[in-house]
Amino acid sequence: MGKLSQEMPQEALLKVSNIDVFHGSLQVLWDVSLEVKPGEIVALIGSNGSGKSTLLNVISGLIHPAKGSIEFDGRHITTLDPFQVVALGVTQVPEGRRLFPDLSVLDNLIIGSYSRNARSKREQNLKMVYEHFPILKYRKDQLAKTLSGGEQQMLALGRGLMSDPRLILLDEMSLGLAPKVTDELYKALSEIREGGITILFVEQNVRRSLKEADRAYIIEVGRIVLSGNVAELREEEGVKKAYFGL
Amino acid sequence: MTALGNLATPLVMGVLLGGLYGLIALGLSLVFGVMRLINVAHGDLVILGTYFAYFAFTILGIDPILSLFIGMPLLFALGFAIQKYLMSRSFGISMEVPLIIAFGISLIIQNVNQIIWTPLSRGLTTSYALESFVVGGVRIPLAYLLDFIAALIVMLLLSQFLRRTYLGKAIVAASQDTRAAQLMGINTARIYALTFGIAMATAAVAGVFLGITFPFTPISGIAFLIIAFGVIIIGGLGSMLGTFIGGIVLGLAQTLGGYFLGAAAQMLIAYIIVLVVLAIRPQGIFGR
Repeated sequence: MGKLSQEMPQEALLKVSNIDVFHGSLQVLWDVSLEVKPGEIVALIGSNGSGKSTLLNVISGLIHPAKGSIEFDGRHITTLDPFQVVALGVTQVPEGRRLFPDLSVLDNLIIGSYSRNARSKREQNLKMVYEHFPILKYRKDQLAKTLSGGEQQMLALGRGLMSDPRLILLDEMSLGLAPKVTDELYKALSEIREGGITILFVEQNVRRSLKEADRAYIIEVGRIVLSGNVAELREEEGVKKAYFGL
Repeated sequence: MTALGNLATPLVMGVLLGGLYGLIALGLSLVFGVMRLINVAHGDLVILGTYFAYFAFTILGIDPILSLFIGMPLLFALGFAIQKYLMSRSFGISMEVPLIIAFGISLIIQNVNQIIWTPLSRGLTTSYALESFVVGGVRIPLAYLLDFIAALIVMLLLSQFLRRTYLGKAIVAASQDTRAAQLMGINTARIYALTFGIAMATAAVAGVFLGITFPFTPISGIAFLIIAFGVIIIGGLGSMLGTFIGGIVLGLAQTLGGYFLGAAAQMLIAYIIVLVVLAIRPQGIFGR
């Protein structure tokens, strides 16, 4: 694994160490390690089937690794169930949005604050979500399935924010959305980061990833092959060849 | 009496009986809607509720309806435990395993009831169970009216619970997308156990009103399971109002079928309607 940037001295908020993950008898992640520091935006870049979503699901506790460990804020979360991981402050906004289609926009947001620690901050977080995405307030009584694709993604992100997270895991946020809507979402994302929330996102669009993130990890067939600051990664020969066709 | 006057009796009886059918099916519908589990033990669990009320009535001298204050929590606890200790362990294995477990529970309940109560036909013969009254030339058994009122109350309470309360919304969310619910911090294993418990509490109510209305034996559960399947096929799975109306459609089909074609054909009409719904609208009248 090539490492371009120097180790930052700050403690990691999320620390994934040497995990191996299997789907049944098929190994999908090999010795994967990754760190996210407080306040960072980190991108996870890779093609379809490279294991990006699997890695997010392992962090969320949907799948448990066969080997290795995951720490969040110094606590081992390797074997926790998803609801316990959420309660600690790690929330995933899943690929394909996965809203509750037959619940209203407001009910989707309220379900987002189901975690015990998030309930007391519900009103405050709801206000914050409406500030980021005013359209959701306008549509709060509509069923989630009646929203446009962009609005649905805003709702998915808003629902994630309702759980009062310290770290958000974002899976393929811009998939199938118009560039203008994607711009809007990434603008909201940088505001969310300024509000003190750390972000790890998965994105197929490499240019976009290297533009929006501070650092990035490149994953190929279940292995991290490269990581570093985005400025440095942009100049890396391998990245140029593989992703920009240069 | 006019022909219309004659028709009024099966119409009224069908609607009231349909209420009971809907009440019996509510728990089956809820468990399938949330867990995608076909609980083939549902009928026997309803009958277990009936036998508990029979025990309370004949041995302890408690009115069957009042005995629900004990019967509902008991069946809630039983349902919670079945889901938590048996079903949840089997969900990850395959689709068949929970089905086989439910079948096993069904056999155990039937045989335990045979041992304790013998195969003799019993009834919750309270003073009011045999009363009837006349409205507009139609003689209505009081038990049928009570069935309908109980069904209406349970259906309204359950649908309001699912719509308005936080826990209810979490149950609905888990039924729409389990994984997304987990990612939102919902402990779905606990939600499933609570759902099974709630379904069994409604089964306890259904059991009491069934016992007030019909004689029962340890194997009556099978017949009512089949009726409950018919109800949720017509009404659509997972919708509480749909289940209630599905019950009324089935009840009407039965009484009107009996009226026009004779008692032997009453269930025939009911199941022809089930087949027609399956063919034309497999998700049920109110299904999504």
